[in-house]
Amino acid sequence: MTHHLLSGPEHDPARDAGHENAPPRVGFFTDTSVCIGCKACEVACKEWNAIPEDGMAFTGMSYDNTQGLGASTWRHVAFVEQSVPTGGGRTRLPLVSGGGTGGGEVRWLMSSDVCKHCTHAACLDVCPTGSLFRTEFGTVVVQDDICNGCGYCVPACPYGVIEQRPSDGRAFKCTMCYDRLGAGLEPACAKACPTESIQFGELDELRERAALRVDQLHKEGVTDARLYGHDPQDGVGGDGAFFLLLDEPEVYGLPPAPVVTTRDLPVMWRHAATAALSLMGGFALSFALSALPARTGRTRTGRRGRA
Amino acid sequence: MKRRTDDVTAAAGGTSGRTPNARRRGRNGEEPMVPRATFDSYYGRPVIKAPGWSARDIAGYFFLGGLAGAGSVLAAGAHLTGRTATATVMKLSSLAAITLSAAALVNDLGRPGRFANMLRVVKPTSPMSVGSWLLSAYGPCAGAAALCAATGRLPRAGVAATGAAAVLGPAVAAYTAVLAADTAVPAWHGVHRELPYVFVASATAAASGMALVLAPSCESGPARCAAVLAAAGEISTMSAAERRLGMVAETYREGRAGRLLRAARVLTVAGAAGAALYGRRSRTVAVGSGVMLLAGSACTRFGVFAAGVASAEDPAYTVRPQRAAKDREGLRGAAGCA
Repeated sequence: MTHHLLSGPEHDPARDAGHENAPPRVGFFTDTSVCIGCKACEVACKEWNAIPEDGMAFTGMSYDNTQGLGASTWRHVAFVEQSVPTGGGRTRLPLVSGGGTGGGEVRWLMSSDVCKHCTHAACLDVCPTGSLFRTEFGTVVVQDDICNGCGYCVPACPYGVIEQRPSDGRAFKCTMCYDRLGAGLEPACAKACPTESIQFGELDELRERAALRVDQLHKEGVTDARLYGHDPQDGVGGDGAFFLLLDEPEVYGLPPAPVVTTRDLPVMWRHAATAALSLMGGFALSFALSALPARTGRTRTGRRGRA
Repeated sequence: MKRRTDDVTAAAGGTSGRTPNARRRGRNGEEPMVPRATFDSYYGRPVIKAPGWSARDIAGYFFLGGLAGAGSVLAAGAHLTGRTATATVMKLSSLAAITLSAAALVNDLGRPGRFANMLRVVKPTSPMSVGSWLLSAYGPCAGAAALCAATGRLPRAGVAATGAAAVLGPAVAAYTAVLAADTAVPAWHGVHRELPYVFVASATAAASGMALVLAPSCESGPARCAAVLAAAGEISTMSAAERRLGMVAETYREGRAGRLLRAARVLTVAGAAGAALYGRRSRTVAVGSGVMLLAGSACTRFGVFAAGVASAEDPAYTVRPQRAAKDREGLRGAAGCA
């Protein structure tokens, strides 16, 4: 049996992490087809978690001045403006009319991004201090009293979510409102979302609901609708926060097929061990070769540098 | 700020040949209000986050850790074969290098005061945890070996420490490759099979270089030989790594990384050639070759580091290989269903 906990399907990460009697795994289903870009989730997240301001800028990226997830942005609403042919077979969600003749229409995609709380979380795997841990709810949380700011989780995350806060040094990311979950409340972003684009609940139930929703959209002719991060067979074992998207993931700044880097860790350790042995072997050979001319030097003068 | 035409071919099997403008933006400091026609990306923004590590501290540590680890093996060999002067200077060099390494690592922490948290858990899934434990075992051995050699006291303990450092040293030199490769950074993770060999070859070059600089020429036979092996190893493993990377190999050829890695090749080959041909006859050439080998090793580490950062900052290097992998999988899946 090739089953291990570094990759592949894993039904109950909380129990595998040692939580006995863990409650059902919870997560987010973000249905971007009903997101109206109000950013209430961003605001609620900042307010509840007391996250500091992290820059005020006009980016020119549609209505997105937040730019991306980071140490001080745990919900980020992406705004994508696309030209689509008039009446074409694409998603019929015309929000702005193109005006004039033959110019097509502008399609506006909005999506509230968040930490994916991966089943196989690279940030957690590589954290050397044990600061990042798997909660009883199956989510991934940084313990800020332990994090020493080594920054390893930052390049390990395949989604570019977690980041060190420059003014603080430690790494921060979405906790799925661990404090609220403990008190039986839903996370602040889901609570604030006025269109139920952000749905919080038990992950199994959310996956069923999402499958129904995508079927419904397909029947209504929204053929571009697809789920992202819902599949326990994918490279990260499925996301605890998954999405319904209306275009390819990379359009929203998401990786199309992320893989938890530690899937390959056994291979890496094997190669490192072989490399370490080859280093020793290389020096052993060097000492042996430099001993040779000394012994055979009388008969073979002039032959140097046999390496 | 050229865009290469091979992008289109490199994207075969991926998305369209449209290209992102992230790198371009970074260079001119001019941010277009609307993204240029791109392969689909979100305003050219990176998908993953580049490591926040400082190159001086972390690439510097890769170099110093390699110098220390490989140096301990060279020192033990010299010790065994009666090359006492070489053994002593290499033990001292390893102690100095590993001390600087530890300082660099602590300095790079966001919370340096909490460096002891590194030894809070033992975690094989975290190369940094493994490395912290390795360093805390290796450091004292390297220190004891150096002190015993320098003072001449406790010779038996010195032998034991020299042996232990020589066993742990290669691990110290090799694990840093896993540290880099165990990330989502395309230019590092993509070569997770090759990088350990690149790093130990580079470490061997550095240690041989140090021996050529510090040790007497009459004892430098093994170092000269190791320098040639290291140069050959580094050139061949680096080209294997670039072949593996496909389009991501651009990050090893362009920009700062490209300049550093080209310099590394020239310095390493010249250093090894100089050492092999004239290292025994001329002390000056030996020292010059040693300096070139050391500089070459440092350039390799800083170059690989820069390539990783460049590959993280451009979404193309994250999206295109994943797209290609996904399409291949889709084809396989379709074939399986039919």
